[in-house]
Amino acid sequence: MGWLIEPGFFASAQVHTALVIGAAAALVSAVVGVFTVIRGQSFGGHALTDASATGGSGSLLAGVNPLLGFVVGAVTAAGAMEAIGVRHARGRDLATGIVLGASIGLASLFLYLDTTATATTGATQQILFGSIFAPAPGTVPIVAGFGAASLAIILALYRPLLLTSISGDLAAARGVPVRLVGLAYMLALALAVALSSLAIGAILSTALLIGPPATALHATRRAGRALIGAAGLGIACTWIGVLLAYDSAHWFSDGNGLPVSFFIVAVIFLAYLISDLTTHRATRRSTAAGRTGALVGDRDPRAAR
Amino acid sequence: MRPAAQHHPHVRALAVDGVSVTLGGRRILDEVAFTVQRGQFTGLIGSNGAGKTTLLRVILGLQRPHAGRVLLAGRPRARRNRSIGYVPQKVGLDPDLPMRARDLVELGIDGHRLGIARPSPARRELVAEMLAAVDAERFADSRVGRLSGGEQQRILIAHALVARPQLLLLDEPLANLDLRSGQEIVSLLDRIATEHEIAVLLSVHEMNPLLSVMDRVVYLAGGRAVSGTTDQVIRSDVLSGLYGHRVEVLHVAGRILVVAGGPAATNGSPDGLPGAAPLPDAR
Ligand SMILES: Nc1ncnc2c1ncn2[C@@H]1O[C@H](COP(=O)(O)OP(=O)(O)OP(=O)(O)O)[C@@H](O)[C@H]1O
Ligand SMILES: [Mg+2]
Repeated sequence: MGWLIEPGFFASAQVHTALVIGAAAALVSAVVGVFTVIRGQSFGGHALTDASATGGSGSLLAGVNPLLGFVVGAVTAAGAMEAIGVRHARGRDLATGIVLGASIGLASLFLYLDTTATATTGATQQILFGSIFAPAPGTVPIVAGFGAASLAIILALYRPLLLTSISGDLAAARGVPVRLVGLAYMLALALAVALSSLAIGAILSTALLIGPPATALHATRRAGRALIGAAGLGIACTWIGVLLAYDSAHWFSDGNGLPVSFFIVAVIFLAYLISDLTTHRATRRSTAAGRTGALVGDRDPRAAR
Repeated sequence: MRPAAQHHPHVRALAVDGVSVTLGGRRILDEVAFTVQRGQFTGLIGSNGAGKTTLLRVILGLQRPHAGRVLLAGRPRARRNRSIGYVPQKVGLDPDLPMRARDLVELGIDGHRLGIARPSPARRELVAEMLAAVDAERFADSRVGRLSGGEQQRILIAHALVARPQLLLLDEPLANLDLRSGQEIVSLLDRIATEHEIAVLLSVHEMNPLLSVMDRVVYLAGGRAVSGTTDQVIRSDVLSGLYGHRVEVLHVAGRILVVAGGPAATNGSPDGLPGAAPLPDAR
């Protein structure tokens, strides 16, 4: 056990903070991310991560908590995308591209100013790769508040969101205010992106948003189970990443470990790869046996006959 | 012939009253008026671009008419009305959608509500009943996006019916189906209209598959509509008046063909005529 979990892991206050913030970010990202994948808005989600980088780097200039910067950046961008983007997929794509470009441009300016002002690279590190082990003071309550708000939006709108994600016409015919539901969802997405920017950094937060949901969606054909599976997987990946980062300090003689966001993203990617490979293996095997379409965890009752 | 309808001979499920719609500066619907009774099967017939989808959207409240009104069961429609079931023309379900066919049907019960539905035996039973009604039990547990077009059509009909609407609107439900699946869907809808005593309004550009079941016809052309029984509407003089030029209604081997005819259209062009086919001997 000693080689797996280096001494002091459970006693470290830094580790406690990292596990709590990591779990919150992973949970919210996974729940929101399932809908991001269903709605085919990964690109939009990624644009929001860039916008949160802008907000985060700006917040350091202004001297406020970076998490607030992440939230303001992502929420503003989400609003801008809704305002520019008309309802059609092409308009949305365009709006996303415009917001993304503007965000990266501003972020690079802010980060440049941050580094020249403080004469360290710490600011860039913190914004781009997260600060899960050493968040600014008072961060945990803000994480809890925004996380709860994001989850509340998704759970309250669960059914209308599913319906609008399937077909806007179907939802509108049932009296669902499609535009409003989309707006609320974008707000939840912006909050989720801000939290994962804090945990694993703005440029990597797409991984937490898309990876666990994509993996979970491989394995089930029920939305509720995808939600629970993605949440469990996201939290597990984040915790394993935190553990490995903690351990990695003992791997090198100088005591400097590797970045935690690297480990989290690597574990997420590995999980996706494994699920993808097993799914394909199963498909090939079942096809060879003369059946079609039977996937692991997704057995078609007709095919099984 | 229709015992259910005879119990309530004059229950108007829907009245469209002088509805006009202008889109992009063009008049798409021009004082369209007709009524639909409960337990009846009404065909909304018109060629591509005739305004069928637009008319259905007006009835649903998704498109505001520039003039006229829509009455449901004799009353003006409420802003968010849920007593109409709707099967849109294009749904395009993603093959990877994490949803079984039965889950989509269940969303039809209260998919507009906030929060998460509590599972209950009553709900499961209602869904199972609907799946049986559309003969979809075989594929109820498959991913809905991976079903065939005809199978998805049945699931969407069940989704629309599970909330027990008084009026069911279907926009070109036969468009992607082969002849047999089309006939199955049509007789299914006919049975549902009678058994559940709901009004079915179904749009098509080809009326022949509906001839055996249609109680009434609403025929759209040039933004205007005529309605009545098939015999009253699908006649050379009535349709010529609607189109504004001479058309012929031909009965050929149990099928009805509407073709341009007379001196005004000597080439026999079937342009804009639903169910039209170039007939060499009709010239
Ligand atoms: N938003 C819009 N702006 C301008 N024109 C429109 C708009 N929506 C529809 N139209 C036009 O209105 C006409 C009727 O369209 P509609 O979709 O109602 O026809 P349809 O009868 O359903 O045709 P189809 O059989 O091809 O589905 C078409 O000519 C279409 O180009
Ligand atoms: Mg149409």
